Amino acid sequence: MKPLQERIAKHVRDIPRSGIRDFFELVVGRDDVISLGVGEPDFSTPWHIREAAIFSLERGQTSYTSNLGLLSLRQEIAAYVEQLFKVSYDPASEILVTVGVSEALDLVFRALLDPGDEVVYHEPCYVSYSPSIVLAHGKAVTVQTRVEDNFVLRAKDVEAALTDRTRVILLNFPTNPTGAVEPVEELEKIAALAVERDLIVVSDEIYCELLYGGPDGMSPGEHTSIASLPGMRGRTVLLHGFSKAFAMTGFRLGYACAPTVLTEAMMKIHQYSMLCASIMSQQAAIEALRNGAPEVERMRRAYAQRRNLMLKRFDEMGLPCFAPGGAFYMFPDVRKYGLTSKEFALRLLEEESVAVVPGSAFGPAGEGCVRACYATAYDKIEIAMDRMAAFVKRLG
Amino acid sequence: MDALLELLQQDARLSTAQLAERLGRPETEVAALVADLEEKRAILGYHAVVDPERAGQRHVSALIEVKLTPERDGGFDRLAQRIARFGQVRGCWLMSGGYDLAVLVEGEDLREVARFVSERLSTLDGVLSTATHFQLKVYKQSGFVAGESHADERLAVSP
Repeated sequence: MKPLQERIAKHVRDIPRSGIRDFFELVVGRDDVISLGVGEPDFSTPWHIREAAIFSLERGQTSYTSNLGLLSLRQEIAAYVEQLFKVSYDPASEILVTVGVSEALDLVFRALLDPGDEVVYHEPCYVSYSPSIVLAHGKAVTVQTRVEDNFVLRAKDVEAALTDRTRVILLNFPTNPTGAVEPVEELEKIAALAVERDLIVVSDEIYCELLYGGPDGMSPGEHTSIASLPGMRGRTVLLHGFSKAFAMTGFRLGYACAPTVLTEAMMKIHQYSMLCASIMSQQAAIEALRNGAPEVERMRRAYAQRRNLMLKRFDEMGLPCFAPGGAFYMFPDVRKYGLTSKEFALRLLEEESVAVVPGSAFGPAGEGCVRACYATAYDKIEIAMDRMAAFVKRLG
Repeated sequence: MDALLELLQQDARLSTAQLAERLGRPETEVAALVADLEEKRAILGYHAVVDPERAGQRHVSALIEVKLTPERDGGFDRLAQRIARFGQVRGCWLMSGGYDLAVLVEGEDLREVARFVSERLSTLDGVLSTATHFQLKVYKQSGFVAGESHADERLAVSP
């Protein structure tokens, strides 16, 4: 019999093991560890949203929904998106409710890419971008963003990466893992490039409510979506969801907003693979959009305080770190200690029981940095910072 | 000011230094703000929020609905303040609706609370009637849900 390993499709076999998974194995089972390695809020979903999910079950709402998602939810999404992103979408045909933004990413690449088509995106980045593209038989083309440049994506670097096979530019601002926010003038240049070269832009804006504006980082910042820039609505697939701002990761709910033809194409795949997102999650999401804003702001303020704490402590311990404008991640630069980001993270874990994620897990461009997430209780971060300070002091 | 109160209402044990760090303000400014709030009695005090059952406390609490005759000058204030000053009274609020004052009373046992109501409260001039409701179990107190653990069940490392 042919070895099972060889039965696995080549493009699946070729996807490397996730660096996050490797690191997870080391941390799991240790209860002395303070983890700054988490990629989700530490808050439970606000109770009024959980209660809406329970009520939905009590009412016996356990059926499938429309493939696109409940119309009432799509209407709420349209209103929310219009207010937040200043772009309007028709709830009847331009919004698709998905099982998290992860599914939406998978759908958009499967819908848009022919084998060998290229997607240009910026690194360091969320771990699933490259696999999602490869699984859709596309080619992942990365553009490096740099710590020296606060991880801004430069339009000229994007331009240099474009070829005749480029079909899509994929953006993620605020960025996981760096927390970077794209300056509007650079976003405008990228938009102009997309128009000029007739490209589709896929914009993953999952962290867009979590911005830290003002001189002290405490005010809600102003988010600009590339979809709102001139000429972009018709060529942008806007991805957003409920996981981060509403602390609803486990509900697995996201959405894609795009012109009808693109939405329809994504829906075609979604209807045969997923059919629809869970109705309980969709009911909970309606409640989140209608009444969740105060809780979102309460959580954002808590993140802002923790962000300031980390910034201050990193500064005091001499660990270079730019002040990220969004998400809930810091991406300090550890190169001066002469360790790789993986070595730094491993030793920090072994010697001080603090887990951070090596930047290299987010692509080669992340090498030299580590990701420290501040979606963790303030007092735990305080202890973690004390431990990190002791660690870097020893490193000298 | 709101952010400061929000932090203190969540955890009054935070030191001035900790408050200052969280608010991104100088320690002296925060200390002055807190002092001012205390001075003008905007902050009445600080205390631990206790679940008596888990703490093994055996005392009883009762919520007493009190109907009063308002006075010509000052309405309910004089009488309400008089009631509020008793040590057994843990809380006292003027209410809208079917009665006037809600009085939270704590005592060693049922008998002590009953004695307070019959001997102290209902004998006051102006108290028309009382209705006593004993608390049986705490589900939430001062914003804290009882019995809830805060274990972090997230994966330790995730993308």
